[in-house]
Amino acid sequence: MSAATARRRGVLALPWIWLGLFVAAPFVIVLAISLSSAGYGSPPIDFFIGWQNGHPTFNINLDSFELLASDQLYIRGFLNSIAIAGLTTLLCLLVGYPMAYVMARAPARLQPLLVMLVILPFWTSSLIRVYAWIGILKENGLLNGLLLHLGLISQPLVILNTPIAVQIGMVYAYLPFLVLPLYATLQKLDWTLLEAAADLGAKPWSAFFRVTLPLSWPGTLAGALLVFVPASGEYLIPELLGSSTLPMISTVLWTEFFGNRDWPMASLIAVMLLLVLAIPLLFLRGGQATAGRV
Amino acid sequence: MRVSRGAKIAGGTVLGLGYAFLFAPILSVIVYSFNESRLVTVWSGFSTKWYGELAHDDRVLNALRLSLGIAAFAASGAVIIGTMAAYALARFGKFRGKALFSGLVAAPLVLPEVTTGLSMLLLFVLMERLIGWPQGRGAITIAIAHVTFAVAYATVIIRSRIASLDPALEEAAADLGARPFAAFVAVVLPLIAPALAAAWLLSFSLSLDDFVITAFVTGPGATTLPLLIFSSVKLGVNPEINALGTLIVGVASMVALTATLLQRKSG
Repeated sequence: MSAATARRRGVLALPWIWLGLFVAAPFVIVLAISLSSAGYGSPPIDFFIGWQNGHPTFNINLDSFELLASDQLYIRGFLNSIAIAGLTTLLCLLVGYPMAYVMARAPARLQPLLVMLVILPFWTSSLIRVYAWIGILKENGLLNGLLLHLGLISQPLVILNTPIAVQIGMVYAYLPFLVLPLYATLQKLDWTLLEAAADLGAKPWSAFFRVTLPLSWPGTLAGALLVFVPASGEYLIPELLGSSTLPMISTVLWTEFFGNRDWPMASLIAVMLLLVLAIPLLFLRGGQATAGRV
Repeated sequence: MRVSRGAKIAGGTVLGLGYAFLFAPILSVIVYSFNESRLVTVWSGFSTKWYGELAHDDRVLNALRLSLGIAAFAASGAVIIGTMAAYALARFGKFRGKALFSGLVAAPLVLPEVTTGLSMLLLFVLMERLIGWPQGRGAITIAIAHVTFAVAYATVIIRSRIASLDPALEEAAADLGARPFAAFVAVVLPLIAPALAAAWLLSFSLSLDDFVITAFVTGPGATTLPLLIFSSVKLGVNPEINALGTLIVGVASMVALTATLLQRKSG
């Protein structure tokens, strides 16, 4: 073994051990537990591989799989998650695309400040930012106070603990994830192409749809997936702003684990969550590769 | 291209509304932290008494101490492991298992937090049963979990900095007789120092902020700040949380500004 090889192994050893033990092994264990039966001990599982009288015993249990497929609770949780994450992505695009566009066309000296202002909330405690919406949306909260004061409504609106509150919180939390990659793409766009389109007689709207939008597609796709993927696994926002009106799949997993102490079921949901998210992720890799070329 | 007056006004409106949406909630927390009344939405006069109550609340102070300790440990661990991983990914070309390696590094960035939290808890439970360590769960298991997800972020930041360095610098040091480790310490380390600091700060604030993963891997007695905030938020809005939130926002903003400036400097 050459000195260079030994050196490489030295650098790689600690990361490999850490990642193997704390990233790869937990993943295998979650898979294994999802095949085991719920038990009554501590921890509450009967592991699916055992060791008796010198040879291994297998006790694979697929009850959780049957329950997952038959009980509406889980399917609805998955569908809720996908619907909320999808709507969040769409709303973030509607709000975020104009923002990113204006940021990219702003005077160059202003742009670092504008970007910083989008990044700042991202660094600030997510718990506090979600909590802030409770004070705004509750029945005697700031929004109702303002609307009553302006005479726009005569009765306070019930928003907190409804799906609308969850949706507002989601768009708020994930907007920066969409604006930043989109801004990065738009900022590198060759704006003289728009002048060319105008010179050739294109109206501004038609130039936007035929030039700007197609060229910003990689950033749009990357941003949309950066919103959709984490949004579909979100726990805090549906829990704090939606109470239990709109169970998302992470909330269901949480209840199975902490409430029902059904570890195999919680593990199975975790595995399914991975499978549902793995597909968009493949697209994300492709999207980022394309975005990198623009 | 000339921008018309109308377009300027429209653009300003879009940005104004967008930033108002992003900042109004945070501002409302800050403003109401100085409200005298216990009723959070009724303004009854300026007061700093909630900050005073915060300073005497032992549960908050203990949680803060625990969270800061874990965050400092997690950030340091993440920068050490992240630097090794980033150097390997940026400089080693192809090595055996590289695809798996980079997948494992990035996994915590894309896995749902409930999945990461649950799977790490199951690992700790199984480890305790098989080898007797870690005994129970608490600060140690939280710290391990935080290092693990922070490595993903730290590696991204450090890797992009190492990749932008000219490998000829290290070769020159080697030609002048420096051994590889000495060349790394003398040449590479000073050049990537701003990125290391930015990675440390990001890992620190991510650890300080984490609720979901911590909730899974914690044990009796180990209540971090987010766990404490969550349990009191479940009971409703209260002015002490507003004061605590304001302090967190203040510290987080300074950390974010520092990290951004460091990264700009390191280009």
